[in-house]
Amino acid sequence: MPERSLVLKLLSAAIVFGAWEIAGRIPVSYAFPTFLDSMAALFAMLADGALLTAFADTLRPLVIGVAISAVLGIAIGLAIGLSGWFDWLFSPIFIVMQAAPLAALIPLLVMVYGIGLTSKVFVVCIMAMPVIVLNTAGAVRNTPASLTEMGRAFLGTRRDIILKIVLPAASPLIFSGLRLGTSAGFIGAILAELKITPTGVGDIITYSRSIADYPSMYAAIFSIILLAVLFLNVLEMIERALFGGRFRGHASD
Amino acid sequence: MAMPQTDLSLVETAGAAPQMAVRVRGVSKTYGSVEALRNLSLDFPRGQLTSLLGPSGCGKTTLLKIIAGLLEPTAGEVEVNGHPVTGPGPDRAFVFQDFALLPWATVLRNVAFGLELRGVARSEREAIAEKYIAKVGLSGFEKSYPHELSGGMRQRVGLARALAVDAEVLLMDEPFSAVDEQTRRKFQEDLLELVAQERKTFIFVTHSIEEAVYVSDQIAILLPRPSRVSEIIRPEGLRTKDVANIRRDSEYLDIVDRIWASLRSYVE
Amino acid sequence: MKIFGVRLPGMSSLILWGLLWELVGRTGFSFFLPPLSEVIATLYEIIGTAAFQKALFETAYAFLAGVFFAVVIGIPVGILMGKSRLIDELLLPWVNIFLSAPLTALVPVLMVLFGFGMKAIVITTTLFAIWIIILNARAGVQGINRSLVEMARSFGARPWDAFTKVYFWAALPEILGGVRIGVIRAVKGVIIGQLLISIVGFGALFELYSANFLMAHFWAVLIVLFALAFTLAEFLAWLERKVAYYAAAR
Repeated sequence: MPERSLVLKLLSAAIVFGAWEIAGRIPVSYAFPTFLDSMAALFAMLADGALLTAFADTLRPLVIGVAISAVLGIAIGLAIGLSGWFDWLFSPIFIVMQAAPLAALIPLLVMVYGIGLTSKVFVVCIMAMPVIVLNTAGAVRNTPASLTEMGRAFLGTRRDIILKIVLPAASPLIFSGLRLGTSAGFIGAILAELKITPTGVGDIITYSRSIADYPSMYAAIFSIILLAVLFLNVLEMIERALFGGRFRGHASD
Repeated sequence: MAMPQTDLSLVETAGAAPQMAVRVRGVSKTYGSVEALRNLSLDFPRGQLTSLLGPSGCGKTTLLKIIAGLLEPTAGEVEVNGHPVTGPGPDRAFVFQDFALLPWATVLRNVAFGLELRGVARSEREAIAEKYIAKVGLSGFEKSYPHELSGGMRQRVGLARALAVDAEVLLMDEPFSAVDEQTRRKFQEDLLELVAQERKTFIFVTHSIEEAVYVSDQIAILLPRPSRVSEIIRPEGLRTKDVANIRRDSEYLDIVDRIWASLRSYVE
Repeated sequence: MKIFGVRLPGMSSLILWGLLWELVGRTGFSFFLPPLSEVIATLYEIIGTAAFQKALFETAYAFLAGVFFAVVIGIPVGILMGKSRLIDELLLPWVNIFLSAPLTALVPVLMVLFGFGMKAIVITTTLFAIWIIILNARAGVQGINRSLVEMARSFGARPWDAFTKVYFWAALPEILGGVRIGVIRAVKGVIIGQLLISIVGFGALFELYSANFLMAHFWAVLIVLFALAFTLAEFLAWLERKVAYYAAAR
């Protein structure tokens, strides 16, 4: 029943936003604006274009960083998955990176690269890269043996087997690695704006907090989370359309 | 529901026909608009093994689960020993196709699990479980876990669990379909012995014609969409013959052929 | 990987990378990269200091408290969602949103609501960990083998018995998997929280070291942090492998 599901989704949203409104009216804290005030601030910022320019600023390091991570990450992952030597040499680094709180590197990056775009792109890269590399490597390593054996039995060259069998077989997992990498990249991009220098949405958040304009602050946070969730959902929909449910790779981050 | 049960049982004990352990009367089952069973009636004689045989999708497992009380019929009723079935009960025990063993429990606890759920004290239920573990030939594996056993051994655990609760009726849902062919043949021989020894009523779902003819006192052939009993075959002659020679017996081969002839048009 | 027929252990290449670090550091390639030996010497120096132990203690406290709340709230909520379709449909959209949302953006809100201190960091940690724990507990309950459920019913199990003796244990591998990923996320959350609220734990230490350009100190703390996080992740993965036979038996 699609109607039931939709009704429940709307009901669920109404409950949460209603609770937000009521909590803001009480108010539970001087720094907790109502839902309606926050939405009004959101539309005001949308109307005067402040939010759109802020998004553009925030998304620049994100897009550059994710693009670099995708190209480098898939290449490294492929090499790790195909060569035992690469695996031995590079896997441990990315396994440690995956588990480690890489955000701790930010103060160091700032010291080395200053407070400009380079540092922010770096933050996005170190957050996004490990999951892309590990997903690609895992997918390549776990290509079904029967498929590669089939390729060899029909006299495919190594190049053919990699391009026509290994990569297509690995692509669902590689794609979900990219999606998870983008998700981590969002965390990095926002962290960079809050920690390094306030630009874009981070600037709105920091500035409105300093002048106690809480509706604007909440609106900015609401909008960036909404943007991230919508974008990641679109990626997931593309993934489903491309590979269908049965091929979709599972990945843990 | 409130039928005069006493009359019925009087008739049965007095009559020449074997007493019925389980009676299914006019059972229908629909899932939404899909009709799985239509007005199906069938009797299961006490102390005998009845097979439910049919192509996939013929509702034989649905019927078995209705008898078990795991599913509720849309219409009709099932009686066990004259009592209507309203849910699972201690008079029936189920053997599952995929064994349904607890992976975190030893063989001993798995076999005793039915008794554990009935609140039998630990020492008592473990003594009973030991007995049935020995009976199915798994002595020495009490402390093993299911993942350490082969498929055939796992199903012996499932069987021992069902025997341990000492139910009168054993419901077996394609119990040998997940084990290899050799194990399967050994199981079939053991099952014949078990039916002879235990004096229980067995209801056995299978899709193998040979298996049904080999082990059954009575075979109910179910035809699909919607399910109904098309024929009941009693290979009585076979039960008195030597087990070792049944598979090349001409009566056995004739019955197998006859069932195949009536089923083949339903196989897509 | 094998060399001259000898199998090299999995993580042994880190030694090679350590040597490379030492060499590059010795050449004086960059002020920001002191040789590894110097970093390790510094590590021995600061590990006994009060400032370091205070940071470690505060971080461990925030981390453990955050994980505790995430587990204690997350698992029951996940189980409830797995059991009740209504609750599931009401909560699932929000769980999915928060699972992929950049939670970093919420830290400023937590700071103004709960103050610049421990409370905000604990809540950040919980927020990072809880969603995946909920989602996995839900998946675990929903993925319980149907015939195990029927088995419990056919032997007449009472609801409480069925839950404590069958359902909980059947869902346990997924629940543990969720806790493992949740804990790894909590490590990242606790550090992100400390970086943004930089007066507590390692956040304060980082501020101090970077303000004074104490590079060896900085790297020493990073090594400790990464090593702890990695050990924790490997330990949990090992724990999960111990119950892996569950999955095979489904």
